Amino acid sequence: MNSSRILVTIVIDAENLTKKFGDLTAVEDLTLHVDEGEVFGFLGPNGAGKTTTIRMLCCLISKTSGSATIGGYEIGNKEGSLKIRKMIGLVPDNVGLSEHLTAYDNLDFYGKIYDCSESQRKESIKRFLDMLGIWEKRNDLAGTLSKGMKQKLAIARALIHEPEILFMDEPTANLDPESAKTVREFILELKKEKRTIFLNTHNLDEAQRICDKIGILNTKLRVVGTPEDLEQAVKGKKTIVSLEQVNEKILSALKKLSLKNLTSEGNKITFDVSDPDKENWGAVEAMVLAGGHVNTVNVVGSSLEDVYLKLVRESA
Amino acid sequence: MRLSKAWLVASRDFKIFRRQKNILYSIIVFPVIISVLFPAILEFTQQRSSGLLAPGVLPNLLNSFSFFFVIGAAYIPLGIASYSIVGEKIEKSLEPLLATPLTDGEILLGKAISAVLPTLVAMYAASIVFMVGIDATTVGKLGYNYFPNSTFGVLLLILLPVAVVMSVLYSVIVSSRANDVRSANSYGIFILFPLLAIYLLSEVGIISLDINGLLIIAGILLAIDVALFFVSTAAFRREEILTKWK
Repeated sequence: MNSSRILVTIVIDAENLTKKFGDLTAVEDLTLHVDEGEVFGFLGPNGAGKTTTIRMLCCLISKTSGSATIGGYEIGNKEGSLKIRKMIGLVPDNVGLSEHLTAYDNLDFYGKIYDCSESQRKESIKRFLDMLGIWEKRNDLAGTLSKGMKQKLAIARALIHEPEILFMDEPTANLDPESAKTVREFILELKKEKRTIFLNTHNLDEAQRICDKIGILNTKLRVVGTPEDLEQAVKGKKTIVSLEQVNEKILSALKKLSLKNLTSEGNKITFDVSDPDKENWGAVEAMVLAGGHVNTVNVVGSSLEDVYLKLVRESA
Repeated sequence: MRLSKAWLVASRDFKIFRRQKNILYSIIVFPVIISVLFPAILEFTQQRSSGLLAPGVLPNLLNSFSFFFVIGAAYIPLGIASYSIVGEKIEKSLEPLLATPLTDGEILLGKAISAVLPTLVAMYAASIVFMVGIDATTVGKLGYNYFPNSTFGVLLLILLPVAVVMSVLYSVIVSSRANDVRSANSYGIFILFPLLAIYLLSEVGIISLDINGLLIIAGILLAIDVALFFVSTAAFRREEILTKWK
């Protein structure tokens, strides 16, 4: 049998990466690998350590312990840090534009920092501003642009030197749906160009649609895998029972069964089950005995949102 | 350290300053005042009471006037450096800059150039107007042109740059702690007190602003510059800026 091996290069490789600020541990024992051309989604609640991780990987802040390499260069030493900063692009959580410079001048300045020639700078600025739909705003002062346009400009700035690895810290946060969609589509375009993208986001739907791999962080990395893997990882399903009316008697009868994540909303009761055939029978019986009139019983699989909430709650 | 990269940072700041009237005014107003006001005061005083401007008194008075160039040189960078660093802090534009291959030293040097250069240009231009104005006013009394002279040369070429650097380095430290340009300027003013004290001490005759006196003052300021350099470079580190700056 003829077997062909595809060599995949790991471009972001972290082993037990830890960052402490005094007594506070922001990131603990983070181990993850991102392959070349992969879009890696980093999910987690506020204060989970996502921005700290990006800052460590971009060599903006030091690590407390552990190790990480970006494109083969180790973070934490002066020479490696300089080489890493040459090969990456960063879209920080705050756009950080020079508001008194025009959109064009903002990008041109960064192009010069990376030693791009004048023609390269002109070409890249035109290309990215066109792709993001803000070329006609190139001569406007950055401070006069809308939030969405500023975000697009910040993305173009991170790409001006054509980096292979792009770090994006919540690039669609606080954007209107139209702008967020443009940014998402743009990330998908970059994915086609085989760039490696490390994406911090709160948006589960966005992560599911864009990312090849997702990690859920809450100081520690709780889980990592493809969106499909993660949905499978949370064993069990969710049962949704629709009743004519939900009352206290029914709820207290169900509480005695120690069902997981029991919630009620309107005339619906939801709980987690690992074996629906067994557990639903007992639950429905308890509801009927408590005087409930059951209309429908539906069993649904776990979504990425369920996985996220479960892992975040468990680690809280 | 690549000077070309530091110059890039400074050039961007110059572009921003051109659109910031407050900064332009802060660069222009003080030099215009001292270069025009002092000759005007002398002319006015000469016309009102010639006894006050006896030839024996004039050199000391002119040396005292000259020292305002040192005070001005320390004052102007406060506004520029505060805006250039606190302004970036407000716009949060330092993080993307720090994520580039620029070193901390190159960024800091760029910021320093953008504050030092306009100050030196403004003060040296003002010194020419000042010398011409003073000479025109006093040549009748003294019988010769008082300026240029070696004392003013030492003040302009040695003491003034040392004072500018002191002010810039101090501004970097203040800017790392301040949240807005106004408070950075308020704290920045403290750097002028030692210079005002020197001026007052010279006025009461405790120290002399002759060449030797100026060289001693320059030496002391240079020592302060060295100390401030270490403190400011410690404050201007990536991690400090991103995690400890307010």
